[in-house]
Amino acid sequence: MDITVNGTLHSLDLPDDTPLLWALRDGLGITGVKYGCGIAQCGACTVHIDGQAVRSCQVALGDTWGDVTTIEGLSAPDALHPVQQAWIAHQVAQCGYCQSGQIMQAVDLLSLNPTPTDEDIDQVMSGNLCRCATYPRIRAAIHTAASMMREA
Amino acid sequence: MSRLGTYTRRGFLIGSVAVAGGVVFGVRSYRANLENPLTAALGPGEAALTPYVKITADGITIITPRAEMGQGIHTTLASLVAEELDVDLADIAVEHGPPSSAYFNGGVVEEGYPFPATDQSALAEFARAQRDIPAVFLAYQITGGSTSTHDAYEKMRRAGAIARETLKAVAATRTGLPVADLKTQSGAVVLPDATRLPYTELAADAADVELADAPALRPKSEWRILGKSQDRLDVVAKSTGRAIYASDIRLPGMRFGVIRRSPYPIGTIRSFDATEALALPGVEAVLDIGTAVVAVATTTWAAMQALDAVTYDWTPPTYPADTEGHFAAIAAAFATNRPNSRQRDDRDVEAALNGAATSGAEVIEAEYRVPYLAHTTMEPMSAAALYQNGGLQIWAGTQGPTVARREAAKAAGIEEDAVTITTTLLGGGFGRRGEMDFVQNAVKVAIQMEGTPVLLTYSREDDTSRGPYRPAAIGRFKATVHNGLPVAVDVSTASPSILKGINDRGGSPASIPDIVPDFTISQALWDQPYGIENYRVTAYRSDPLLPVGFWRSVGASQNSFFHECMMDEIAVAAGRDPVEMRLDLITDDPSRRVLEAVAEMADWGTPLPEGRARGVAFALVFGAPTAQIVEVEQTPRGIRLTHAWVAADVGVALDPRNLDAQLISGVSYGLSAAIGEKITLSDGMVEQSNFHDYPPMRMYQAPPVTTRILENAPHIRGAGEPGTPCAAPALANAVFALTGERIRSLPLGDHIAFV
Ligand code: FES
Ligand code: FES
Repeated sequence: MDITVNGTLHSLDLPDDTPLLWALRDGLGITGVKYGCGIAQCGACTVHIDGQAVRSCQVALGDTWGDVTTIEGLSAPDALHPVQQAWIAHQVAQCGYCQSGQIMQAVDLLSLNPTPTDEDIDQVMSGNLCRCATYPRIRAAIHTAASMMREA
Repeated sequence: MSRLGTYTRRGFLIGSVAVAGGVVFGVRSYRANLENPLTAALGPGEAALTPYVKITADGITIITPRAEMGQGIHTTLASLVAEELDVDLADIAVEHGPPSSAYFNGGVVEEGYPFPATDQSALAEFARAQRDIPAVFLAYQITGGSTSTHDAYEKMRRAGAIARETLKAVAATRTGLPVADLKTQSGAVVLPDATRLPYTELAADAADVELADAPALRPKSEWRILGKSQDRLDVVAKSTGRAIYASDIRLPGMRFGVIRRSPYPIGTIRSFDATEALALPGVEAVLDIGTAVVAVATTTWAAMQALDAVTYDWTPPTYPADTEGHFAAIAAAFATNRPNSRQRDDRDVEAALNGAATSGAEVIEAEYRVPYLAHTTMEPMSAAALYQNGGLQIWAGTQGPTVARREAAKAAGIEEDAVTITTTLLGGGFGRRGEMDFVQNAVKVAIQMEGTPVLLTYSREDDTSRGPYRPAAIGRFKATVHNGLPVAVDVSTASPSILKGINDRGGSPASIPDIVPDFTISQALWDQPYGIENYRVTAYRSDPLLPVGFWRSVGASQNSFFHECMMDEIAVAAGRDPVEMRLDLITDDPSRRVLEAVAEMADWGTPLPEGRARGVAFALVFGAPTAQIVEVEQTPRGIRLTHAWVAADVGVALDPRNLDAQLISGVSYGLSAAIGEKITLSDGMVEQSNFHDYPPMRMYQAPPVTTRILENAPHIRGAGEPGTPCAAPALANAVFALTGERIRSLPLGDHIAFV
């Protein structure tokens, strides 16, 4: 099974029905993507396929229809994505475990809706749980990222 | 005279010890038999140095021996050292460090003392001063009870100051200049001519210097780092996917294990058949680890599939099969008339209650209930372990590494010396990662898989439906009200014992005999600073039921709900405003001020738009007086939380922005549970398994939370937990104000709809 992750082509010897989440984490050792529930309830496993946010626990390896981007491939360390910069500026992370998924979801949100309202943010981001309840700072960081991206 | 000053006179020595290529600084304790985990071969006198700062030619490392579970403690602990050491946080590294009794947490023991936090009497102060001694023996290195900051406040600043003065002494010797002429700044000693001697170049000679006296700590007015918001040291890693949790440990040849524990949370496996499972692709082993079955495979997914293909025969449950049976067992504890504790018994409650009829006082009484709760940390339980050549290596996000090491050795049947534990970041703790099960189980797997590193993961389902849980509990009160104030209050509570549960599961630093009262049952119930003439608080301990353990804010998570809803009922009966009535009753100044603060923040008392209402609650919890107001709104689809305000007094605010985050997190955790979380049983099995039926609060439900930190309380306190206890009562009281319906059992969502 061949799969492109963060611009690199990998060959994986795993059953087709292995969820992309576990193919990435255990097959390729790409651990920025997290397991939280396995049933599309938490968003910790969010990655992009061809730029679109998906729950990697719900995509079988064999059905992966395009190039996969995980948080590790979102930006270069010296040029962080505006969403990551905003996340740092607002000091969003607490335990941090949900944040890869939150950031990948937020990037997708802003690519579809560059000027989201609080309601837009609530609607899209409510699929991503945060047990540390960093929600207010996530909301604020998304607004900041939106304006950074508009100005860029 | 500061407590530390006293210790210095008694021989509380301080100093430094050479390590390869440099030096470590710390607090040399008054017990000479403590191991020093960072120095291998030391003389007898040196072995007691607790290291917090390591300086070598390569750089400066601050040891932050507490679990980073989101509360920002690594940053706060590093700031304490950096403040005195004169280094910039950007220029240092932090390390959790190995498990060691040298990193004891005196704060945890203090929480168990029978003195309310408001008690400044000599006896209470003495007990607090002595707190380190038993802690050392018990080798507590526990992160919990919001105690880390408090425990480290002097210790780590002092370590920084010692390091600074020692490095200055080295520079003085090298340059021939008097120490008084030397300054320090940004990781270097600065000479009068502005020449900078970096600490990293001075370190090699520092171990030879003995300071005559402990340097004085800088006054608050001179702080550059403390008291100001700092960027978290882990924030970049956590925003780029590079933060490593136990689940992320990957080792060459690693295999992935998944556990299936008994669906009857206290129970074990009788037999199982894994024939079909072993035939599945990628499955390498299906192991019997005594209390559970573990499948080991080339991916976590394959191991999960294998577990589903196993047929199991579990031992039947020994506790009541349904939720009602559990509450009946808890209720039965009241009837025993054998209290676990009666920590408050002011004047004569019986006489006051009996005399109510003649005195014209009104009598009110009620019973409250809270369910078992799961922690559902975002990262499910996990630990990696490798057993080879007689040595055991473990990677775990544990809140108690010294206990974990002991339990690991026990599970493996080897000496503790043969066990190394690396404490990773924790994907949430909330008390769950103070449990030892995931370490014990990972070790049992590693022993059977000798030579192969295995990462053991709990599925979300296993984590949610097997516990341990926050205890279910019942609270009862009877009160008399006269002339707008309570005259007599008789509160009692019953629940299974957390301490017994933890003790039996091997999670306690030292074995706790059954006769020791479990003060978590009455935590934050008996020591509230209300001046009520006749005031009695009794706690009962039920028989063990489901496994129960620490859950964010522990006993306060239910007791503040009981107590503060009671105060609201009393205020209603008395015809009083609930804030004003509490202000009339509170005897402790910092407590009164947090309540005044929150009332001012929320503009309490000003008329609200139609369809809105507010509730208030106060608690003195973990030594931090905390007050909360929650506002709710009736919408066509249900009740919406529009805002929460919280004021807390932590004594000294080390990092305001982080405290804000902690309080918001704590409030939201409490609101989440109050609205919709519960663990229930039928047929002996827990009915909840994942986030679809155990629903934590999502973004659209989370109200804005406005925080204020006060600094009037006499001791420094952490803020990880104080936000939680008042959330449920403030919300329940708001719902009462809105609907007139007094809901006396949680979650509130069982009774009314929330949006
Ligand atoms: S792990 Fe995929 S949504 Fe939770
Ligand atoms: S930061 Fe801990 S779960 Fe979101």
